[in-house]
Amino acid sequence: MDILEAALRQAVGADAIIFALAAIGLNVHFGYTGLLNFGQAGFMAMGGYGLAATVSTFGLPFWAGILVGLAATAVLALLLGAPTLRLRADYLAIVTIAAAEMIRLTVGSVTLRQWFGGRDGLQQFTGGFRDLNPFQGSTGFGPLTYRDYDAWVIVVGWGLVALSCLVVWMLMRSPWGRVLKSIREDEDAVRSLGKNVYSYKMQSLVIGGMIGCLAGFMTGLRQSATNPDDYFTEVTFFAYTVLILGGAARVLGPVVGSILFWFLINALGGFFGWATAGADPLIPSWLMTQNQASLVRFIIMGLALMLLMIYRPQGLLGDRKELALDAR
Amino acid sequence: MRVRMPAVLALLMGVLFLGSTALPAHAGAVGHAGAPLALAADQLAIQGALVDDTDPVNPEPVEGVTLTVTDAQGKEVGTTTSDADGEYAVPVPGNGAYTITIDPDTLPEGTFLRNPADVEKSVNVLGFDATVQFQIGPDTRDVSTVWEQAIDLFANGLFFGLILALASLGLSMIFGTTGLTNFAHGELVTFGALITLTFNVTIGLPLIAAAAIAVILSGAFGYLQDAGFWRPLRRRGTGLIAMMIVAIGMSIFLRYLYQYLYGGAFQTYGDYVTQETITLGPISVFPKDLISAAVAIVVLVLVAIALAKTRIGKATRAVADNTALSAATGIDVDRVVSVVWIVGTALAGLGGVLIGLSQQVQYEMGFKLLLLIFAAVILGGIGTIWGAMLGSVLIGVFIEMSTLVIPAEMKYVGALGILILVLLFRPQGILGRAQRVG
Repeated sequence: MDILEAALRQAVGADAIIFALAAIGLNVHFGYTGLLNFGQAGFMAMGGYGLAATVSTFGLPFWAGILVGLAATAVLALLLGAPTLRLRADYLAIVTIAAAEMIRLTVGSVTLRQWFGGRDGLQQFTGGFRDLNPFQGSTGFGPLTYRDYDAWVIVVGWGLVALSCLVVWMLMRSPWGRVLKSIREDEDAVRSLGKNVYSYKMQSLVIGGMIGCLAGFMTGLRQSATNPDDYFTEVTFFAYTVLILGGAARVLGPVVGSILFWFLINALGGFFGWATAGADPLIPSWLMTQNQASLVRFIIMGLALMLLMIYRPQGLLGDRKELALDAR
Repeated sequence: MRVRMPAVLALLMGVLFLGSTALPAHAGAVGHAGAPLALAADQLAIQGALVDDTDPVNPEPVEGVTLTVTDAQGKEVGTTTSDADGEYAVPVPGNGAYTITIDPDTLPEGTFLRNPADVEKSVNVLGFDATVQFQIGPDTRDVSTVWEQAIDLFANGLFFGLILALASLGLSMIFGTTGLTNFAHGELVTFGALITLTFNVTIGLPLIAAAAIAVILSGAFGYLQDAGFWRPLRRRGTGLIAMMIVAIGMSIFLRYLYQYLYGGAFQTYGDYVTQETITLGPISVFPKDLISAAVAIVVLVLVAIALAKTRIGKATRAVADNTALSAATGIDVDRVVSVVWIVGTALAGLGGVLIGLSQQVQYEMGFKLLLLIFAAVILGGIGTIWGAMLGSVLIGVFIEMSTLVIPAEMKYVGALGILILVLLFRPQGILGRAQRVG
C-alpha cells in the first residue's frame, strides 16, 4: 500500500506537472502541427535559466525573470524555426535536439560560471514566488499532505496546466487551429489554398515552446534551484512518451499521460525496490540487485514507447484516424 | 513478428548476460616511494626534498642547502640542511602558521632556484607533517608552440574522425535505403564495445579475437533487428516518423538494459590499456591509435569499393536512389536492406570497439556520440556514402582544432553549431544533391 500511496503522491506531484506542461507544448508541435521538436528540454532550459539568471545573477525582480524566460523562449523558437521549418520534418528534429544539447553544455560550462553557475546551477531566485504563497504550515489535499511551499508549487503548477489546456482547446477549435491540423495532414494542400504554411508552423513552434518554458519555470521553482542536468535530452524523450501514452492531438492527452506515466514509473520503482530488498528478496539477487531494480522501470518505459507507437499510436485518448503519422 | 520479437530479445539478452559478471575495473593502491625522514611519531615537522630536475628523467638530489623555519611571530623554530637524498625535515612545536626560507647562497655550484624570488614559503601545519616544494633548475616542462599544438590536435581529430566515420557510414546507409533516422544507432556503437569487454575481460580472450567476435555479433544483431523488427514494421506500413519514435524507444530500452547488465562505471579492456607513445615526425601518438586509424581507413575503403564495384553495392545505391524503381527493375529490396543493416551495424560495432580502445567503455558512450554522428552525416550530405566519411573527418578535426580558440569544454557546442549552420545555408550537405531535401 505504501508503494501505491507514494506512487499516487508522485502522480499529482511536481514531476507530473512539469511533464504535463512539456507534453502540452509538444502536443501543439507534434500532435496538432506535425512538427518534430526533439529539443523541448532546450525550451524548458530557456525558462528555468531565464528566470534563475535574471533574478539570481542580475538581481532583478521575479516577474522580470518570468518575462525574460518567455522572451528567450520565443527568440529560441524563431532561431530554430527559421532555417528548418521549410525543410523535411526530421531536419527540425535533429536541429532541435542539437540546440537543446548546446544550451545544456553552455549553461553548464565553467567559462560562463559567473552567469549560469556552471555544474552547480543557480539558486535563490524563488523569493518573489515564496512571498505570494498563501499557504501556511502543512496543507492537505484529500489523503495527501504537503509542506506549505510544496502545496503552493502544486497549486500554481496545476493552475498553469489547466490554463494551458484551456488555451490549447480554444486555439484548436478556432480557424487558426484548423489550419494547423491541415498542415499536419497535408502541407501542400494548405499551401495551395493560399495559407502561409511557414508562418503558421513558426507560430505553432513559438506557442508550444512557451508552454515548454512554463515547464522550465516549474522545474526551477519546484526544487528552488536550476541545474544543467534538469535539461538532458532524455527529458524530451520522456515528454514524448507521456504525450504518446496519453494520446497526441487531444487536449487532455498530455495531462492524463503525465499522471499515468509518473504513477507507473513510481509504482514500478517501488515494486522492484521492495522485491529486491531484505535478506530473502522475492527476486533473487543473482538476477537483480537493488541497484539494478531502479533501472527496470526505464527498460520497461523504452519497451512501452516502442510497443505503444507500433500497436496503439493514438495512446489512451487519441483518435487513430485523426493522427496520421505517416507521409513526409 | 509477434513470434519473432521475443526470439530476438532472448538472443540479445543471452549475449548481453555474458557480460553481466564483468569484473570491476582494477583498483590498486599506489605504493609511496621514498619514505620521509624518521622523526618521533608524535612530532610534527615541515619536510620536503630538494631535487634538481634539469634532466626530468633523471633528477639530481641537491645536498647541503640550508633551510630555516620561523613561526608566525618571526621567531626561528629550527634550521636544517638537506641530506644526500636532498631530503630535509624541520621539527615544529605544534599546529600553526610557519614560514620556511631557503638560503640560495648555499645551493651547490650550477644549481639555482627556478624563480629567484621564491625563497620563502608559508606553511600551515594542522595535525600532519607539512610538505613543501622548492623548484630548482630550469623549467623543462613541455611548452609547445601553437603550431605544435595545432598539429597534435589535427592528428587527434583525424583519428577520432576516422572512427566516427565508421559509425556515421552505418547511419547514413540505413537512412539512405530505408529512410529511417535511427536514434538507436548510438546503442549499436555501444554494443560493439560491450561485447568486446565481455569476451576480453570476462572470458579472457585476447583483445583482437574479442573485437572480431564483437564485430561479427554486431552484424548478427543488425540482421536480427532488421529481420525481426524493422522489416515487419515496414510491411505494416508504419510511417517514417512513427519509426523514428520507435527508434527512440529502442534507444532508451537498450541503454538502460546495458546499464542493468554492465553497471554505470567506466571500464577498460584487459589489453593495451597503457602504451608508450611513439614519435612520428612532429606528433607523438599511441601505437593503438595508429592501428585503430589504419583499421578504420582499410574498412572504409573496402566498403566504398564494395559499394562502387560489386553487384550488391550497386544494388544498394540503386535502392537508396529510388526504392520503387529499383524494385521494379528486379532488385530484391528486402535483401539489400538486410545487407545494409548487417554492414551498418557491424561498422557501428567496430567503431564502438575502437572508441573503447582509445577511450573507455560505458553504457552511454554511443548515445553521447549520436549527435556528433548526426552532425557528421548532415555536414557531409545525408544518405551519401562519401559524404558521411568526409563529414566525420571534418567534424573530428574541427572538434579538436576548435580547442585552440574556444575552451575545451565547449568543443561539442562548436560542432553542433556547425550542424545548424549547415542546415541554414546548405541543407543537402557538402556532397548531397539539392533534390534530396523536402
